[in-house]
Amino acid sequence: MSETVLATRGLRKNFGSLVVAGDINIELPRGARHALIGPNGAGKTTLINMLTGMLQPDAGQIMLEGADVTGLKPAARVHRGLVRTFQINTLFPRLCAIEAVTLAICEREGHARNWWRRLPVYRDAVDEAYAILASLQLGADCTRVTRELAYGQQRLLEISLALAAKPRVLLLDEPAAGVPRSESSALFQAIAGLPADITVFFIEHDMDIVFKFASRIIVLVGGRVLVEGAPSEIAADQRVREVYLGHGKHG
Amino acid sequence: MLGPIAGILFDGFAYGMLLFLLSVGLSVTLGMMNFINLAHASFGMLGGYVAVTLMQHFGWPFLATLPAAFVIAAAVSMVLERVMFRRMYRATDLDQTLLTIGVVFMSIAGAAYFWGTVQQPVAVPDYLSGAFVVAGVNIARYRLFLIVVALVIVAVLIAGLEWTRFGAQVRAAVDNQRMARGLGLDVDRAFSLTFALGSGLAGLGGALAIAMVGLDPGFAFAYLIYVLIVVSVGGLASIGGSFVAASLLGISDMAGKYYVPQLGSFLIYLVMVGILMWRPTGLFGKR
Amino acid sequence: MAAVLPPQAAPHEFLRARTRWHPLEIVFWLSTLLPFVVVPEYLQLASQIAIAALFAISLDLILGYAGIVSIGHAAYFGLGAYTAGILSKHGIGEPVVLLVLGAIVAGVVGYASSFIIARFRHLALIMITLGICLMFYEAANLAGWLTGGADGLQGIKIGPLAGTFKFDLYGKTAYSYSLIVLFLCFLLARRLTHSPFGLSLRGIRENAVRMPAIGAPSDAHIRKVYTIAAAIAGIAGAVLAQTTSTVSLEVLGFQRSADVLVMLIMGGAGKLYGGILGSIVYMVARDQFSGINPQYWYFWIGLMMVLVVMYLPNGLLGGLEKLTARWRRSPT
Ligand SMILES: Nc1ncnc2c1ncn2[C@@H]1O[C@H](COP(=O)(O)OP(=O)(O)OP(=O)(O)O)[C@@H](O)[C@H]1O
Ligand SMILES: [Mg+2]
Repeated sequence: MSETVLATRGLRKNFGSLVVAGDINIELPRGARHALIGPNGAGKTTLINMLTGMLQPDAGQIMLEGADVTGLKPAARVHRGLVRTFQINTLFPRLCAIEAVTLAICEREGHARNWWRRLPVYRDAVDEAYAILASLQLGADCTRVTRELAYGQQRLLEISLALAAKPRVLLLDEPAAGVPRSESSALFQAIAGLPADITVFFIEHDMDIVFKFASRIIVLVGGRVLVEGAPSEIAADQRVREVYLGHGKHG
Repeated sequence: MLGPIAGILFDGFAYGMLLFLLSVGLSVTLGMMNFINLAHASFGMLGGYVAVTLMQHFGWPFLATLPAAFVIAAAVSMVLERVMFRRMYRATDLDQTLLTIGVVFMSIAGAAYFWGTVQQPVAVPDYLSGAFVVAGVNIARYRLFLIVVALVIVAVLIAGLEWTRFGAQVRAAVDNQRMARGLGLDVDRAFSLTFALGSGLAGLGGALAIAMVGLDPGFAFAYLIYVLIVVSVGGLASIGGSFVAASLLGISDMAGKYYVPQLGSFLIYLVMVGILMWRPTGLFGKR
Repeated sequence: MAAVLPPQAAPHEFLRARTRWHPLEIVFWLSTLLPFVVVPEYLQLASQIAIAALFAISLDLILGYAGIVSIGHAAYFGLGAYTAGILSKHGIGEPVVLLVLGAIVAGVVGYASSFIIARFRHLALIMITLGICLMFYEAANLAGWLTGGADGLQGIKIGPLAGTFKFDLYGKTAYSYSLIVLFLCFLLARRLTHSPFGLSLRGIRENAVRMPAIGAPSDAHIRKVYTIAAAIAGIAGAVLAQTTSTVSLEVLGFQRSADVLVMLIMGGAGKLYGGILGSIVYMVARDQFSGINPQYWYFWIGLMMVLVVMYLPNGLLGGLEKLTARWRRSPT
């Protein structure tokens, strides 16, 4: 087994009396393609919020490449390579796609502090932004304003923004949420094509996609890890069938 | 020695109760809809002018003008809510701020147009004027009356919020609007009723205020600042918070004017900025 | 046209086109010279407009670009005005030096306040910006020995500009001076808004939640732009003090904060020229209607604010842009 990149120890979070995270311990090795599944309200998004520092856990630790990052601000974690996307589009509505991705690259490279040189001077940043957009089939629409993009394109822009931060660990919160099935497969194809040393941890409701793209699956129910294992083990697990698969079809 | 201190406490508390009536509505509506309504004090001013007009031109007794001030302020606010504010609930802070400042300007100009820029004369009925002395403290009858009215209203509000169906709806909407909507609650209707009620209370506050602080078109702005201080310090959607914040503000304003008049309002603003820096959601606010 | 370019050149060309000077911009700046020949009797008003436009540009940087609502921006305008006014009484006569000092004082206070501003949102932010401005107003009112209190600052002595040009009664020097300062500050603001930093500010305005998720230090950006905007507001205040030789408490008043908001929003926030256009319309209208009671004037201002917010979300400039776009799309 290769080295662990991201791990949690005894992560806990309550909203009032509601337990959304009860003693969560997970470990993601480098280059992992792990899926996080669980019924609605299981606490999946909450877990990502805690991992990325948007929500402080009540107890427990988050370790990124061996260092304790529990107290770090979200931006500081991004600098260390821990990057996320959002379940509900969290974009810059009135920026063009190319501007939005260039913005993320400029922030990464420290250009964003410069208030005197013009943006087009940063050719490399613009080139890189275009390359990212083109790799996700957004090249032709890169000069369009975000809010005028089709919904599916906006989902792709979500991922583009995350990629622009050069993630070492990429947390994808239902990247295909709301995307028709025909398109979601292509979207995951793009994700599968990411460099092998990027660790990917994704939430997804569509079991076909999960079984196809995940090398390992973590099942979260009621804020606790019910079971973790290879897709074949999860598919065969009786408890998972009961709480999750028997729950009706999602997506 | 004790006299001045107790006197300041009493006068300041009475003044605070006035501020409470003027602001409690805004606290609740802000907590429910996050709608920044800077025109709230304008409803107070409207109540004041309603009372003055009814007394002077129609010979109504003072006490009878109070419910009228409440009803008219509530009715006007309801109309404005329907035609204007309702469309702005999802607008940005900036748009809400600008729209309602616009309404403040219009209300000030409107008041100047109809009633002139002079201070309105108010004659309080005999049984409410004058003062008596208890244990060396000068108790003005009118201020005592103010305190009693405000305390009754606090009790009614707290009881209503706690025990009535409407109160439960309001609490649910403040707590978690999305959940309340999900449970099939008509949040918009609950809100517009709350809005009318809150503006009505401001109107009542305005009618009660004129005998103590006077009335001119500047009222809408001068008291807007006090109202905002009460709301932001007391915390959103907290009746208790507004009560405590208003009392503190009233008392410290009186004490400041008595002991350090040379500092003017500086102290009040400083305390407000300080409290907000310490607790951005106010003393009792959760969000 | 874009079709002949290789695809990866298109974004470069697109971004470069945005930073290029539009012919209309050049026409506009040339036309600011017209008052000298067309309406020489209105040069004092033109100077006032230039100052208001500069103040509006300063607010636009924080409000239009970074999306930070301030209803107390007059604090920095007033600080600049009082700094220039008070120091001129103590022997500093050169207007440019006073201007720089006004910018520094306002900028330093803006920097200190920015640590507070960056932490707040929504009602708390509005209250804090208002509270800080009210505090300065009260402080200026109380420190009568320094500021002249409610009577205003008396005895300001402004030397000739660059030792040569005296401020005359007709406002020739005043308008020249205000216009040059406005133009220089505009150039600076224009550079800023076209820089990566300017892009980050728009990012904060568009989505404050996403910014930390792409690793952006939003607070640091906010502190920086707030400081720059405060300094520019201070410059505007200093120019006002110098060209009118008076400073009254009103430079710190809520009215001034509200006026600049109206000008900016009416013209269109987030495009620099919006504030300039708004100032021209507002100041000229106020001058034309100066006969009517100011109380009534505010009725129309209020009505305008309501109408702009409800029907003209991008201001006059946004409305014009929409019109021209429609006109262009329909052939003939
Ligand atoms: N800020 C909050 N305050 C209170 N409760 C919250 C908050 N955020 C989430 N919850 C609750 O916590 C629970 C877990 O939410 P979470 O969004 O993590 O679920 P999820 O597994 O991502 O579900 P879904 O599949 O619907 O996205 C839900 O019941 C939700 O209502
Ligand atoms: Mg979720």
